[in-house]
Amino acid sequence: MAEFLDMGGDAATVWPAYGVTIAVLTGLLVASLRTYARRRRDLERLERTGRDNR
Amino acid sequence: MPLRLHSLASPARFDRFARRILPWTWVLAALLIPCGLLWGLAFSPADYQQGDTVRVMYVHVPSAWMAMACYALVALLSASFLVWKHQLAGIAALAAAPVGACFTATALVTGSLWGLPTWGTWWVWDARLTSVLVLFFLYLGYIALAGSFDDRSRGLRAASILAVVGVVNLPVIKFSVDWWNTLHQPASVLRLDGPAIHASMLWPLAITAAGFAAFFAALLVVRIRSELLAWRIEALMRRRSAGAA
Amino acid sequence: MTGIGALVARDLALAVRRRGEAGLTLAFFVMAAAIFPFGVGPDPLLLGSIAAGVVWVTALLASTISLDHLFRGDLEDGSLEILVLDHRPLEGVVAAKCLAHWLATGLPVVALAPLMALLLNFDMDAWWVLVLSLAIGTPALSLAGSVGASLVLGARRGGALTGLVVLPLCLPVMVFGVGAVEAALAGRPVLPHILIEAAILVAGAPLALKASAAALRIAVE
Repeated sequence: MAEFLDMGGDAATVWPAYGVTIAVLTGLLVASLRTYARRRRDLERLERTGRDNR
Repeated sequence: MPLRLHSLASPARFDRFARRILPWTWVLAALLIPCGLLWGLAFSPADYQQGDTVRVMYVHVPSAWMAMACYALVALLSASFLVWKHQLAGIAALAAAPVGACFTATALVTGSLWGLPTWGTWWVWDARLTSVLVLFFLYLGYIALAGSFDDRSRGLRAASILAVVGVVNLPVIKFSVDWWNTLHQPASVLRLDGPAIHASMLWPLAITAAGFAAFFAALLVVRIRSELLAWRIEALMRRRSAGAA
Repeated sequence: MTGIGALVARDLALAVRRRGEAGLTLAFFVMAAAIFPFGVGPDPLLLGSIAAGVVWVTALLASTISLDHLFRGDLEDGSLEILVLDHRPLEGVVAAKCLAHWLATGLPVVALAPLMALLLNFDMDAWWVLVLSLAIGTPALSLAGSVGASLVLGARRGGALTGLVVLPLCLPVMVFGVGAVEAALAGRPVLPHILIEAAILVAGAPLALKASAAALRIAVE
């Protein structure tokens, strides 16, 4: 296991590379989902106030 | 001229299409990506020259592929938007661009890390990395231009023109970067393609790439729906303020 | 054809009246090139080795900073709308404006380039290649610049965005322009670089004009 983590001495290269990739993809996913949820809420709020004002 | 959404027959159809395929795409991505990455990390052979550093290839190469494929897609959608006035295509391009930019950034960072043991420096102006860097600037230009207009519709059209101009320029840029590089570099620079791809290396590479593509497709659908919401919000607010005036 | 001539003449007259701005661009070119020795040290060998690149990059920057008044003046006083609506084809109008821009910005740079190269300890045996590469390159820079300037017209942030949009488009011309000069200095054949540079200019011009025209139509709605 320790050998696996050490990556034959190249640990400083391999793990950050995989880490950055996963971090970027996850971050993008989270950001996109949150924006989507926020816009859904905003739209519903807008439509509700529209209906109330009529 | 604001985008008239009631003229978009597509969003409803798109939404139904999205609801059907989305779960499967997520499942596909969730299965393929960890499988591919683990295979590359643990079960593929180390290179006799580069050692375990070659495992960075399994994140770098799929990222670079996605970065380029996404730009081609953005350009294609933009052309469809400009020429045939296919509104959903324009919005899809807008939704896809930041994803492509993220893949490009990842490709740059992982490429830089891959080269670190070999070159001893954090960055080298080799042909591949430099081309990816220029691609990153093309993405940034598109995203910045689209977002710089108060009128979203105008921004989208301007950015679409830029995307088409960019994709036409891309082969020329690639050619000139390659030329520039061969003029300034000695021939024996280790290429970032890694060794000749062995079958045992091809599988994790292909699986990860497929996983990235599935992830991209799923994320794109989410982002397109998100963009459509944003356009509806803007149209609503514009109508409200016009009505109130 | 007289329409285009009239447009060029008008733009040039405007440029002459705005002598200060055209002069400023030239001054920027000179200053930016002159500042390099302060940054990298006055070692003649070092300067000589980067002279061609420095002259080219500063020419590119000078072209880019002068892009703002390519279309913005006409947009603000309403004449752009008239140009878009009246003149067919709009690409001719853009070509006229690019020509005027080049005459006011690019040509002076080409003329002054040998002087700047001299100051940077350039090997003056190859001065004519430098001038030739710039003579072909600066029109291409103006054309690429018009694409950026027209796209950015209605946008909130002007200057830096123009640069971001324009610079990738200028890269190929610069690579081959500088490549030609370096080939001359190294005793390698110059013609391939010059030919490719010219080909990029000729092949890219229609695309640039079309894209700029399309962008102008968007800006004027």
